[in-house]
Amino acid sequence: MIRVVLPAHLRSLAKLNGEVKLDVDGEVTQGAVLDALEAAYPMLRGTMRDQATKQRRPFVRFYACEEDLSHEPPDKLLPDAVAAGTEPYLVIGAMAGG
Amino acid sequence: MSGVRVLVGTRKGAFVLTSDGKREQWDVSGPHFAGWEIYHVKGSPADPDRLWASQSSGWFGQLIQRSDDGGQTWEPMGNEFAYDGVPGTHQWYDGTPHPWEFARVWHLEPSPTDPDTVYAGVEDAALFKSTDGGGSWAELSGLRKHGSGPSWQPGAGGMCLHTIVLDPTNPARMYAAISAAGVFRSDDSGTTWRPINRGLQSEGIPDPDAEVGHCVHRIAMHPSRPDVLFMQKHWDVMRSDDAGENWHEVSGNLPTDFGFPIAVHAHEPETIYVVPITSDSHHFVMDGKLRVYRSRTGGNEWEALTAGLPQQDCYVNVLRDAMAIDSLDSCGVYFGTSGGAVYASADAGDSWAPIVADLPAVLSVEVQTLP
Repeated sequence: MIRVVLPAHLRSLAKLNGEVKLDVDGEVTQGAVLDALEAAYPMLRGTMRDQATKQRRPFVRFYACEEDLSHEPPDKLLPDAVAAGTEPYLVIGAMAGG
Repeated sequence: MSGVRVLVGTRKGAFVLTSDGKREQWDVSGPHFAGWEIYHVKGSPADPDRLWASQSSGWFGQLIQRSDDGGQTWEPMGNEFAYDGVPGTHQWYDGTPHPWEFARVWHLEPSPTDPDTVYAGVEDAALFKSTDGGGSWAELSGLRKHGSGPSWQPGAGGMCLHTIVLDPTNPARMYAAISAAGVFRSDDSGTTWRPINRGLQSEGIPDPDAEVGHCVHRIAMHPSRPDVLFMQKHWDVMRSDDAGENWHEVSGNLPTDFGFPIAVHAHEPETIYVVPITSDSHHFVMDGKLRVYRSRTGGNEWEALTAGLPQQDCYVNVLRDAMAIDSLDSCGVYFGTSGGAVYASADAGDSWAPIVADLPAVLSVEVQTLP
């Protein structure tokens, strides 16, 4: 069971109150987690990454286990703690403003 | 008793304002989609309970929301706006080629007859259509590919297709306006297009009467006379009496002819409204006074409408989609400001009162006249 934490705007869009819990078949990669997330919550398609190219949106970041995974390739395995469900995978709306 | 539902899009959410036919007491609901930019909300003429909203943010991109109960509940619909084929390039601000990139939906125009059909005008400028209730979107690429597309250049607000006007008497005829390319017309339901900018004069472009390149801000039509079009251009208020083939200026005695919205009275096709703005470098009303100008002669002769509007220390703007007209017997006029106020007049503009005063900056105002 993979735990995913979404930013507030995406939680409200998906009508979620807390963490998302996902089953991911096969290897637990960033791409697989995001695919599973979008399959379970189709309204999130296009909000984190481009629907055609799968490229991350510029102001969205992906963190886990105190690491910024935003620039890692989508087929890279996530840390064991994320795969085991002891640590969440974090989708972050970048802080912006002044 | 009949009533009205005013749909307001703001920088930080959507609001639905409802009243009975007197338009004195208002119920305000919202914010819907709190924190998101709502460029436009519009109801289907074919099913007034069906509403469409363009929801976007710099973080999370574009969403399309649909309500089937008059704005009480909403569901996200399809949000993939993929340009047809290889998009190619248009001109960037510095004149260099720039790839066509989708940014957001500026305007949603529901079909007058089919609740499941809706058009979307987007940035970078293109026209999309959904015929399945918003589930999927296909580009009407004949507009972008008609020939002049590679020469289009963005206006200061981006290269947006912001105005879609459907001819109520001829389902094959439609108009689209783009900043800063101009007006285009299709006579075959959006398959092919041609520019219709003859008569426009724009000093800010190398050839002031070029076929394309004009910063058109808004087009308005009265449904009883679809060949008569009114235009608020960047500068100049314009009129066409031949479905856009030729335009002539009707700015007349306006104190400034820069502005964004233009609207036509519901029952008087020669009565039109604009909100003059000081200039393109001063995006606020002149002299600290918020004044709507009305012409009862189809342009040229204008009168200031000020009763109930702030007449000192007011420095707001009114954007292109932020004025609307209801069709009750005593025609209602509505507009929203960058300062977050929505004003209503239940007497065709003679007097005004704010419905709400402190919303986030208003991006769009539409009104539905309900049975």
